[in-house]
Amino acid sequence: MAQFFAYIVYKNGVADDSALEIVSAVKKIDSSAAVTAIVTGSGADLDKVANEVAASYPEVWKISNDALAYPNAETVRKALINNLPADGVILMPHDTFGMDLAPGLSIKLDSAFVSDVVDFEGVEGSDIKIVRQEFAGQVSTHLKCDMSGGAVITLRPGVFPPDESKSAGGKVVDKDAGDVSAKRKYLETVVAEVGDVDITKSEILVSVGRGIEDQENLEIIHELAKAMGADVACSRPIVDAKWLEKSRQVGTSGLTVKPKVYLAVGISGSFQHMGGIKGNPFLIAINKNPKAPIFQVADVGVEEDILEFLPELTEAINEAK
Amino acid sequence: MEILVCVKRVPDTAENEIEVNSDGTDIERDDLVYSVNEWDNYAVEEAIQIKDKVGGTVTVVTVGDDESEEVLRREMAMGADNGILLNDDAFEGSDGKGVAAILKAAVQKGNYDLILTGAQADDGAAQVGGMLAAMLDLPYASLVNYIDVSDGKKLKVGREVEGGNQEMNEIELPCVLSIQTGINEPRYVGIRGIRKVASVEIPTYGASDLGLDAGTVGAGAAKVKRLDYFVPDLGEGAEMLEGSTEEKVAKLIELLKAKGGIK
Repeated sequence: MAQFFAYIVYKNGVADDSALEIVSAVKKIDSSAAVTAIVTGSGADLDKVANEVAASYPEVWKISNDALAYPNAETVRKALINNLPADGVILMPHDTFGMDLAPGLSIKLDSAFVSDVVDFEGVEGSDIKIVRQEFAGQVSTHLKCDMSGGAVITLRPGVFPPDESKSAGGKVVDKDAGDVSAKRKYLETVVAEVGDVDITKSEILVSVGRGIEDQENLEIIHELAKAMGADVACSRPIVDAKWLEKSRQVGTSGLTVKPKVYLAVGISGSFQHMGGIKGNPFLIAINKNPKAPIFQVADVGVEEDILEFLPELTEAINEAK
Repeated sequence: MEILVCVKRVPDTAENEIEVNSDGTDIERDDLVYSVNEWDNYAVEEAIQIKDKVGGTVTVVTVGDDESEEVLRREMAMGADNGILLNDDAFEGSDGKGVAAILKAAVQKGNYDLILTGAQADDGAAQVGGMLAAMLDLPYASLVNYIDVSDGKKLKVGREVEGGNQEMNEIELPCVLSIQTGINEPRYVGIRGIRKVASVEIPTYGASDLGLDAGTVGAGAAKVKRLDYFVPDLGEGAEMLEGSTEEKVAKLIELLKAKGGIK
């Protein structure tokens, strides 16, 4: 069986949730596999994370180099190529760093590549049976991935349950990064601006997506939110179109909210959007497309055109007051 | 600056209810509305804006069939100078790596300073840009939402990372960037604009034109193969409200009140 590796993403000396999710993901491929964790960086944060994940992985490769202290997939990729066996299977999260690192890594290792995996359904010979979603989550697909020559696999964050057993009692092994020179240099991280309303503190959110169709139609959202005593949030396409501020965007590339009630209108429900909704709110979805993935995760669904339905809803709420 | 933008014709997921066909081999493709992949459209707009600032040309390229020509013409109507169609039966069944290998061969036929792709397309894999860069040994940055071209030898680029933060990088030219939506506001293309480019010649290259060994692309070379499409059994899902609009409104208000959704 193949040798499995987990690339550990971390921030401020604390491992990302994906570090424990990869442990359970590999068990779905091969329940007897001993997975090696790889941590790159430098200084105290690196040592701390290496020791943290040693509780969950029997062996941790610690690759220390000053050039690896910054988020730069180009340097990390070189450090991995300098250390990984050609037929290794390496897993990492499908987050903004994994998306930067993984595709090119698969080319340099000449191995198979599958991204944004949501499930594994066993192994036959050297083929892993993999589940992904396509077309904005509207349909799923089974893929067969030949891992005999190695594989790079990214996992959808939050899908595999974290393995909390922490009984590996692993050892940390120092590895040499080798040449990590790169034609790309990290400069700085610009932190997102804070908006006029802090939606991360809102108890009731009316969140609007692409289904609103036109900027002028946003008025019906504001009126509904006013009637409910809610704040207005949105999904990515509304910010891309510059109809609402970035500080109103819910999702992995926006803000994480934890309201009591979340009313999603005209939102299809991509995993990036759903990733920004925490605290298990009562989730209501209104969408005219019955195939919209949001209906799979909402508590209550209404199949209606929001442009016609919402004004009636607003009027009825105002009358009921 | 010589800029190449890789684009793809995809079913528009905002306009279609995507369903699996009867034997699960594909999605139901009859009556689908197709368009240029949304991310690619932002990439083309960005390329045109860079050209307007510093001069040069913008070429759009796609791996696809005859019908893919329409997306090339659409992007040319936006302001791209040239289109290239990469079409060959041997390309069928290519995995991400196969598509990147085809594009690599097309890149090497030209002399480009900057290669742009969309951050992802209809399969959500977000793979071709990073693969192409690695095959060409060029530096790469993904999820780019800001490009500063004021220095001729390198770019300053912003990457959109978690929490809406922006990671600033310096990257040497030539390079490959994958473009995130929202980086600009893509211009509107009217029917008149498309008519203007309707008769422009678009060269088509196959495997032999590109000097590609057919064994390195297509289904035969793919390490990742599709078994089927399916709709997963997701358990209960949402409780769907039924009845007339008035009845749905009444039920919804009742639920909102019960859950503290009306203040």
